[in-house]
Amino acid sequence: MQITQPHIGLFIPCYIDQFYPNVAIATLELLEKFGCKVSYPLQQTCCGQPMSNAGFENLSKGTTEKFIKDFASFDYIVAPSGSCVLHIKDHQPEIDNLEKNQKYVQSRIFELSEFLIDILKVESIQGDFPHRIGFHSSCHGLRGLRLASDTERNTPSFNKVHFLMKDLKGMEWVSLTRKDECCGFGGTFAVTEEAISVQMGKDRIADHLDKNIEIMVGGDVSCLMHMQGIATRDQNDIKFMHFAEVLNQALS
Amino acid sequence: MSHPKLAEEFLKDPERAKWHDETLWIVRKNRDATIQQIPEWEELRELGSQIKDHTLSKLDFYLEELERKATENGIIVHWAENAQEHNEIVGKILEEKHCNAIVKSKSILTEECHLNPYLEAKGIEVVDTDLGERIIQFLKQPPSHIVMPAIHLKKSDISEVFHRELNTEKGNIDPIYLTYAARLHLRDKFLNAKVAITGVNFAVAETGEFVVCTNEGNADMGVHLADTHIACMGIEKVIPKREHLGVFLRLLARSATGQSITNYNSHFRSPAPGKELHLILVDNGRTKQLGREKFRNSLKCIRCGACMNTCPIYRRSGGFSYESTVPGPIGSILSPGIDIKKYSSLPFASTLCGSCTDVCPVKINIHEQLYEWRQEITKAQGASLKGASMKIADTIFKNPLVYKLSGKVMRASLKNLPDKLIYNPLNTWGTQRNLPELPKETFQSWYKKNRG
Amino acid sequence: MSSKNSILTNIRALVMEEKLLPSIPDFEVAPDLEAAFIEGIIGNKGEVVSKSDLLLLIEKSGFKKIYSSSEIFSQYSNCALPQKASEFAELDLAIIEGQFGVAENGAIWMDDTDLGLRAVPFITAHLVIVLKRKNLVGNMHEGYKKVGLAKSGFGIFVAGPSKTADIEQSLVIGAHGAMSLRVVLT
Repeated sequence: MQITQPHIGLFIPCYIDQFYPNVAIATLELLEKFGCKVSYPLQQTCCGQPMSNAGFENLSKGTTEKFIKDFASFDYIVAPSGSCVLHIKDHQPEIDNLEKNQKYVQSRIFELSEFLIDILKVESIQGDFPHRIGFHSSCHGLRGLRLASDTERNTPSFNKVHFLMKDLKGMEWVSLTRKDECCGFGGTFAVTEEAISVQMGKDRIADHLDKNIEIMVGGDVSCLMHMQGIATRDQNDIKFMHFAEVLNQALS
Repeated sequence: MSHPKLAEEFLKDPERAKWHDETLWIVRKNRDATIQQIPEWEELRELGSQIKDHTLSKLDFYLEELERKATENGIIVHWAENAQEHNEIVGKILEEKHCNAIVKSKSILTEECHLNPYLEAKGIEVVDTDLGERIIQFLKQPPSHIVMPAIHLKKSDISEVFHRELNTEKGNIDPIYLTYAARLHLRDKFLNAKVAITGVNFAVAETGEFVVCTNEGNADMGVHLADTHIACMGIEKVIPKREHLGVFLRLLARSATGQSITNYNSHFRSPAPGKELHLILVDNGRTKQLGREKFRNSLKCIRCGACMNTCPIYRRSGGFSYESTVPGPIGSILSPGIDIKKYSSLPFASTLCGSCTDVCPVKINIHEQLYEWRQEITKAQGASLKGASMKIADTIFKNPLVYKLSGKVMRASLKNLPDKLIYNPLNTWGTQRNLPELPKETFQSWYKKNRG
Repeated sequence: MSSKNSILTNIRALVMEEKLLPSIPDFEVAPDLEAAFIEGIIGNKGEVVSKSDLLLLIEKSGFKKIYSSSEIFSQYSNCALPQKASEFAELDLAIIEGQFGVAENGAIWMDDTDLGLRAVPFITAHLVIVLKRKNLVGNMHEGYKKVGLAKSGFGIFVAGPSKTADIEQSLVIGAHGAMSLRVVLT
């Protein structure tokens, strides 16, 4: 069921609002370019994931209630983050007096690439992007939302972001040695298991560097933030972009 | 020690850690290559999962049928509520047989019950005959992986211990030479053992038989040369029908190492003429786990180890960093059930990437159970520093004004404080990573200016 | 209360919804069973040899102690099944017959009636299994259908020689069991 000029509630994870506003701007502009009316509820804060993954799902009720109230009035809710969307769909604590609205929100929230393809039915994006890129498959989006086929299972091969980027002129999608290994961010894991977290991030970066990849493109800024932090400390020659930025740039 | 500390230690030797990571990744890749050749692979996983789900939902029925049929076949069946009872049953059989030297093939259950030290305290020589297990037995180490117990050791490590224990040439690291030395040494043990102990991969209720899978043939060398065979199994290893072995044998080796099947798959139904065959059914916390609805699924495990091979954390921290009989992802959802306090760091030793769940041949939702254990553990821990900070976080995120203010303060401090103050030892994020650069404005303020 | 009763009581105290037991469907198998089977045996580090190749091997090998329960090679058998398995400790070669082979993985089914003595395929230094081509099935499901509910006290799927990779993942053929497996298809 396609609604003409759907009214989108834009959900922007807190760290994107604070540190990577360009990703949010790109997401908003991209959705507008595809004919959506996009509103950003100014009072929004967080989806509650950090608390829940740390074991305090029951303490995130306040945050969850607020999220539902902020977003229940839109046709769709779109976020440039697989992990936040997955959390809202799967791990929100049940808010008893908001059952109907909560179920609505959970059924209408989409990660950006799945929204563009599955709801807006975008078939092709034409534009220039003459760069060698490596795609980082963020885990929650990959194995949670099934935004792409994973190497673990014997299933038909597909990748939603690749589908959106396939017609960009000059774009080289470089195959990685470990196509979908985790980057090691994992929320509080990044701090509680710092040694492994950093090693995992370094390994992902190395996989890109040794293939002369210019830009690591991903769908979750949390992963990119973690790896960018390592890359800048180690002075690695690689850039990081969210695919919303890539597509929006190509369409400008 | 906790997992994070042990993991940090493991990574202090970056070359060795990288070697460990690469070695296990290869096993994962071998598994991938094999399963891609089976078009019905995902269907098989679903079948395996459903058969196990069904069995667990009627576990009492199938255990009784197993006992009845096995007894009809001439197998002596014992029941043990816990590890101590299991060990005592084994000890008693050995006493009756006047046996003071046994051979044992790979059984994670006997590891779990700490059978070896129990028997050794009674003066019984226990020889673990799986090559990897014999090596770690010489080194007085536990297995670091449930399928490849010596995966953490290099040829040179093994050469050294064989030189010490078996008098092999010093410095000879040729695997063929070392394996042959072990073959001769263990052959002697096989020929002289009166009692052999094995584990059980699958026990079939319909026929009262059980199956043991190996590549080395050590389980069989032990039991067919001995007079008494004692098989030890966790009660969750029972499956309903013989035909179900078709599903599990197609899943097991492929998931474990990428082979299409192990070279020996022995089906034991009755003792050989003049010999004795014992089967010990062990609970040791399994019925408790069965009672935990969110974690019941973990009992479907067929001990293939695929979750360990695929786990980026296991590969980079090694089995010992979990300090539990079964390490890795599956260990992290089984062990807290046994001792929630001791194993509280394990469910947090994960990024919840979900790779384990997708390689599990019986579709255990491992990463979801890790998440659920985190909720249980924080509840069990009561008030804590982390809890307090999470409550504060909820308060901040619940109230937009507070969020904006705290964001503003944080951004202002990041902008104005010197690097030294930001990147101090208390700021763990900054030990090996830079903080993100501060943009000139938040998205919110951009939005208000441009769309508001 | 006995441990048995205690365990069963604990299980019965749990109210668990019974989950459905699935039936196993038929799956497609390799179009050329023999080719797939041979590939399986080779993958498991075994060999498929012709009868004449094997005869040549036996003559050249200098094997002293050979046991054959296969009619085809009975002239080479120079010992009988002992009472005690350990008496076969110096057995160089055992030639036995398999009931059927599984194409998807090279596994061969045998039971007490084929082995005579359970230790035979393990204690021998070298193992040969004779198998009739027409007794090849596609996959393990078909294999277990063939086994049916047969009541042998011991049965085994042998798919290759004894092997291990426990020393730094280096594959070594011949750990504790037979150091080679050769299959003769007739």
